[in-house]
Amino acid sequence: MSAYNFAYLDEQTKRMIRRALLKGIAIPGYQVPFASREMPMPYGWGTGGVQVTAACLTPEDRLKVIDQGADDTTNAVSIRKFFETTAGVETTERTRAATVIQTRHRIPEEPLGEDQILVYQVPIPEPLRFLEPRETETRRMHALEEYGLMHVKLYEDIARHGAIATSYAYPVKVEGRYVMDPSPIPKFDNPKLESAAIQLFGAGREQRIYAIPPHTRVVSLDFEDHPFVASKADHACDLCGADHSYLDEVIVDDAGGRMFVCSDTDFCATRQAEGHRGRLSPEAAE
Amino acid sequence: MYVAVKGGERAIDNAHAWLAEERRGDRGVAELSVPQIREQLALAVNRVMAEGSLYDPDLAALAIKQARGDMIEAIFLIRAYRTTLPRFGTSRPVNTGAMVCDRRISATFKDVPGGQVLGPTFDYTHRLIDFALAAEGEPPRAAEAQAQAGEMPRVTDYLNLDGLIQPEPEDDETPPDMTRAPMEYPAGRALRLQALTRGDEGFVLGMAYSTQRGYAKNHPFVGELRIGTVAVEVDIPELGFAVEIGEVVLTECETVNQFTGSKTEPAQFTRGYGLVFGQSERKAISMALVDRALRWQELGEDNLGAPAQDEEFVLSHADNIQATGFLEHIKLPHYVDFQSELELVRRLRAEARASQEREAAE
Repeated sequence: MSAYNFAYLDEQTKRMIRRALLKGIAIPGYQVPFASREMPMPYGWGTGGVQVTAACLTPEDRLKVIDQGADDTTNAVSIRKFFETTAGVETTERTRAATVIQTRHRIPEEPLGEDQILVYQVPIPEPLRFLEPRETETRRMHALEEYGLMHVKLYEDIARHGAIATSYAYPVKVEGRYVMDPSPIPKFDNPKLESAAIQLFGAGREQRIYAIPPHTRVVSLDFEDHPFVASKADHACDLCGADHSYLDEVIVDDAGGRMFVCSDTDFCATRQAEGHRGRLSPEAAE
Repeated sequence: MYVAVKGGERAIDNAHAWLAEERRGDRGVAELSVPQIREQLALAVNRVMAEGSLYDPDLAALAIKQARGDMIEAIFLIRAYRTTLPRFGTSRPVNTGAMVCDRRISATFKDVPGGQVLGPTFDYTHRLIDFALAAEGEPPRAAEAQAQAGEMPRVTDYLNLDGLIQPEPEDDETPPDMTRAPMEYPAGRALRLQALTRGDEGFVLGMAYSTQRGYAKNHPFVGELRIGTVAVEVDIPELGFAVEIGEVVLTECETVNQFTGSKTEPAQFTRGYGLVFGQSERKAISMALVDRALRWQELGEDNLGAPAQDEEFVLSHADNIQATGFLEHIKLPHYVDFQSELELVRRLRAEARASQEREAAE
């Protein structure tokens, strides 16, 4: 792999991405256009996140890659391998030990610290896209802070279903200015968007970068009489007993039997190592 | 008992090994060589070069081999390779007027100076399977003639002499590069043409076809279609003059479109333009039709609300590498989001049932 530069991208491209990142940090929640490159993995598979990670990595970094909260899902494995090969950085599955974490669809359960960067893979960066397909229109709406359409949509949800019918990629307002798509994380994760870590969002195909600087105010959109609720399955983890983590529902038999396990694999494994047990843990099951 | 899904890494390695074996196919059958693909599947090679935006027939042939003949996969390989290449500079604009043509036809005139040259075309073949090809015989050699001397003048230039066709203003501004700057709308014609020439052949064809069927109909005639070799020249600052560094095969199509005039323009013919790497005439003609449809604003025409008139729609969906990536990414695990949807649907159903029961009780 010596034919390629450290972390694959050439230095000029990294500089271009870093400029976009700095602009994003300076204007929290604003989508900065950037000249996204064609990466050796398909668009939609994390090319934005990979470019952001490549621009942030230094040889001393320790990288963690998760998809659906898990380190061992196939695409997380593939991206981790990419950086092992092209950057030669140390990798880890431990949330606490990582300096850079690239994620798809989850925020780790464990609160992140000031010395950590969380990089999100973003499919559609525009929170208004499903209300207005035209980029020319949505950019104007952001510029004018014209978010009435979004509130109407949320209101219509309540009128029709009695609740806001958005369960992931739940829109937020960043530092009282920009409405932002937090990427398709479950809304359970939204409160964690107020973090001590730097949060960077990369959308490769759509050529956008945005950011939430540490300790920025991030408010999930709601109404006074229909406040935002960070919901999860009403169970405890069957392996570690956690009752405050996001759970995957796994079908275990032909009769529709279910079990619930933490989606954050490192969080669950750490708790089990600490002696926590759930309903179906080997010892507890006896 | 639930077993955590470990072993993603081994699964990936095994999948890759199996894929390599499938790519090779039956080892009792001779393996395809890259030169064989380059020489005998030349039109596939041309498409990969055009949509991959990289003129390298050997590399395109290799990509086709590696991709097992999946054209979009091959184009993707070329694109990903292309991004890593250093940029040494830009060439001078190629002069397609000086093209050494293998094929040159005009549909608007019975004959034109330089002549109608049919060239190697499928156009008038009868589409009958040639079983003789399965027998591995060599075809007879085609008759050869002396190459014509002199340049082939452009057909549209004749119309231009009489002011019958809208003139194309000269512009020496360096065109923007869509691979080095994020796309912003309105994009302008230079970027539109860049996006169309690397756009998916099927998509551009479909868009062009829709204009023919009445969605922003623009009455095209193929003024001229030419395929051949042009020289690529680069200015060498140290020398103070341009040096020819190689040649490329291009397909160029200029359409002549009916135009009855608008609020701003008199009645005259208008143009659509297509230029594509290699012998890619379906794509070049399609590109010219879509180019013309997208020029409605510049020519003061009405926006009919047709898809082919909509720059943002056409340009943001023409790229097959973007499209296929995003389409196929839904194969990736989405169980976290699906879980939150499951919970939402269950809750909404429970609430609906509760309110029905309340109503029944009242």
